[in-house]
Amino acid sequence: MTVKQHLMGINGDEAVAYAAKHALVDVCAAYPITPQTIIVEKFAEFVANGEVETEFVRVESEHSALSACVGAAAAGARTFTASAANGIELMHEVIFLASSIRMPIIMAVADRAPSGPINIHGDSTVSLAQRDTGWIMIYCENSQEAYDATLQAFRIGEHPDVQLPVMTMLDGFVLTHTLENVYLLGEKDAHKFVGRREPMMIEIDGKPVPLKLDPKTPITIGPLQLFDYYMETKLQHSEAMERARPVITQINNEWAQLTGRKYGDGYLQPFKVKDADAVLVTTGSSAGTARYVARQLRAQGKKVGLLKVRTFRPFPYKKLAKILADVPVVGVFERTHITGSFGGPLFTEVRSALYEQNTRPAILGYYGGLGGRDVTPDDFEAMYKELLKVKTTGKAPRDLVKYVTVRK
Amino acid sequence: MPKKLPGSKDIPAAGVTWKSATEYKTGDWRNKRPVRDKEKCTRCLICWIFCPDAAISWDGKDIHFNLDFCKGCGICAEECPVNCIEMEEE
Repeated sequence: MTVKQHLMGINGDEAVAYAAKHALVDVCAAYPITPQTIIVEKFAEFVANGEVETEFVRVESEHSALSACVGAAAAGARTFTASAANGIELMHEVIFLASSIRMPIIMAVADRAPSGPINIHGDSTVSLAQRDTGWIMIYCENSQEAYDATLQAFRIGEHPDVQLPVMTMLDGFVLTHTLENVYLLGEKDAHKFVGRREPMMIEIDGKPVPLKLDPKTPITIGPLQLFDYYMETKLQHSEAMERARPVITQINNEWAQLTGRKYGDGYLQPFKVKDADAVLVTTGSSAGTARYVARQLRAQGKKVGLLKVRTFRPFPYKKLAKILADVPVVGVFERTHITGSFGGPLFTEVRSALYEQNTRPAILGYYGGLGGRDVTPDDFEAMYKELLKVKTTGKAPRDLVKYVTVRK
Repeated sequence: MPKKLPGSKDIPAAGVTWKSATEYKTGDWRNKRPVRDKEKCTRCLICWIFCPDAAISWDGKDIHFNLDFCKGCGICAEECPVNCIEMEEE
């Protein structure tokens, strides 16, 4: 049975701020940047009103924001931060560091296009550019999911088998600034769900020691490691990411029992994929629009489906291959701009995942919606129609990867 | 690099240091070693002051190079006022 929840009219940023409040965050260090600002403002309001016991650190930059979070997390605190675009790029150095020294910091990313030309609107280029930093990455479709995923993130990242930072992405403006109905947990239920952070236990000379700055058990966190030990630490990091795979599904199931909301298996949310002639793969708020279009096309008898990729790291390549192997034509839509590559990060992951299959779909890549450009139902309909045409003619277009929603 | 080092399962997670820095010998980074002419040396201890790795010790009578930590930077040879230290290829 699910617990009683409270319906509120809030935007995506506020939903994230409420999740951080409900997660009993010990330390929040953040620097405001559009379109993340409301998260920090709202959370600062909770702090000012004495609604939370969080130590709010007002830093002078994002590099310092994440650095302060690393320090706080190393001291054993549950830490939270949020940023966007140029802020993420400024903290890039520390993003690698946080995951490599296994600090389960939770960071909301209000996805915004990178400069330049300078732009403040939604686009996944910056967050996807963090895909190699060793963080768990979850893309949210709507404000409800932003609240849900943020609370889940604390459980996933702080899980004893995992101990890795998690970033949750919400599309700039489309989610961050748009009012939606969002169900929030009661504080007590939320607290029960997230629990308290327990430090990771490591073994030194056969004795268990908490990975924590504690004078009783002194250790050095983040020391120099050269060619003699660096790779072994990286291998451990990789193994932790692999151990996160079942945890993400487990927490997603627990959340479903508690709230009645379930996001597929925690990784992928298929919609009418089984008998589909053409399937679009996408992330974030685009999935909502694409699903709306798929539903309409289905009503017209067109066999189309949608596969929403929710968790990008660890990438669910086996699950994805299983779902898509028998689909004749697949389109990958991403709000990303990558030059000089054969498709964007989602396209290359999807294509690579399917390589081991005996049957493989034709795969088309679409870049679009850059810098906050609207991706309308008509745009998705055009993509679906092209995919269906590839199915009927058996001929893929010469340019497998192309721009949509652009003026030529 | 020594041949037998512990594997990923035998070292603490997160790159945490599990032993004192004095047990982590860095002398194998060196490709030149200091060799001193004991006749010329006046025991002025300028090399002892300048060594950035504290790899030169003074026992009250003479100085000693600790080759477990000397990285061969040559500062001692450069600073020696009587030029009694030569840097020799390893």
